[in-house]
Amino acid sequence: MAKRQVMFTFPQERVKEPIIYNLGQQFKVVTNIRRADVTEAKGWVVLELEGDEKDIERGLAWVSSKGIRVDPVIGDIVEG
Amino acid sequence: MSYARALRCRKCGQEYPVQPMSVCEFCLSPLEVVYDYKAMAKTVNRDKVAKGPLSMWRYRDFLPTEVKEIDLGTGFTPLVKADNLGREIGLDRLYIKNDCLNPTYSFKDRPVSVAVTKAREFGFDTIACASTGNLAASVAAHAAKANMKACVFVPASVEPGKLIGIAVYNPVLMTVEGSYDDVNRLCALLVQRYHWGFVNINLRPYYAEGSKTLGYEVAEQLGWRAPDCVVAPAASGLMFTRIWKALDELSMLGLIEPANTHMFVAQAAGSSPIVNAFEAGSLHVLPVVPDTIAKSIAIGNPTDGQYALRIARQTGGGAGAVTDEEVLAGMKLLAQTEGIFAEAVGGVVVGVVKKLAASGAIKRNDLTVAYITGAGPRTQDTVADVVRPLVVRPTVESVEEVLGVPA
Repeated sequence: MAKRQVMFTFPQERVKEPIIYNLGQQFKVVTNIRRADVTEAKGWVVLELEGDEKDIERGLAWVSSKGIRVDPVIGDIVEG
Repeated sequence: MSYARALRCRKCGQEYPVQPMSVCEFCLSPLEVVYDYKAMAKTVNRDKVAKGPLSMWRYRDFLPTEVKEIDLGTGFTPLVKADNLGREIGLDRLYIKNDCLNPTYSFKDRPVSVAVTKAREFGFDTIACASTGNLAASVAAHAAKANMKACVFVPASVEPGKLIGIAVYNPVLMTVEGSYDDVNRLCALLVQRYHWGFVNINLRPYYAEGSKTLGYEVAEQLGWRAPDCVVAPAASGLMFTRIWKALDELSMLGLIEPANTHMFVAQAAGSSPIVNAFEAGSLHVLPVVPDTIAKSIAIGNPTDGQYALRIARQTGGGAGAVTDEEVLAGMKLLAQTEGIFAEAVGGVVVGVVKKLAASGAIKRNDLTVAYITGAGPRTQDTVADVVRPLVVRPTVESVEEVLGVPA
């Protein structure tokens, strides 16, 4: 089992969708929310994902395809 | 020995022993080094610092390392009074901290020197990073000096010219096919799998502390006082927070009067998530997709963005961004008034100082320090349009003709 710590940033049009629930259901990824701030206009959620490496990859690709930005929680690693 | 006592979460306050680790296990927020300041206060004083080496390591007592430092001779760079530039933009007491003059030509040598020293202490034999230039060069150079292995990852899109300044130190250099985000994701995975010291991932809390020396040095060079205003660039926001931490520590330890410095963040308009948040009055820094010629600070999702933001607000400072045109103009202005050829980030800082002075956010008489953090030659093509030579034949007449000397 692999673990991945990520931040999702939701645009307004996706705030109402149960993305995290579907990520768990469709891709068999355990989602564990640690911090979040969601309003009617936007939202971000910091969470830990646990599951099969391939399932996590496929799940994150699906989340990205929904227009949600996915970032590592440690922020951008590539520096100048 | 050092006075480092623990790692502490910046968000929830959870503490961890000193170890290679950068994110809180509970809330996944960044960790920072905390010190036993009571013990530190008994040892540190101005005289002791003044007797130290003419490098960043004169502030060894304030840094979290236990073993002999891995040092290329970094730091104690000049703080120059910028009278010409100040006259141009309306500031009477403008100073430039010229950190172009480090061994690998940028301020990155400061955090990397601490991170690599700590890597050795933790028993790593390989140090690693992902970078588009300055950081990779610094990591590779320190690895060479330390007889350690370096493994550096560079997005394949980086200009070939930049690779020379990295490859010359002979690291394992990998160009990663894929986007900038792909490189981010790859490195986040590698750090879990390999026992490597990634300077800005698992060594990040220690790496960060090296940048404090930018604050200590300025205070000492000003005759042990804090500036009225600081303007510094922000990419991840880490360096910005550590300049403030340094001034705060010096005040707390009684080496300077309480710091009342206004801290200003400088970013390029094409990558300004911290400035956006400041202007929107937001507490959260929303990621952006960077698009600017100031590549060294093109970070869309800044790890320490919200902490840099908080410092800018709490100190009565601010935040400013400039367009790429203003960046180029700033680079040229700095070179042509003060003789300092900085990379594009220097143009960002000069452009933002100019704006802040024009708006009155920085007053004419404020003692202002602008941090210039990297040298221009590595990316000199940015300003290639300055080359407009007068072409002459090898005769005196020809020279006089182009100079307009009357015959």
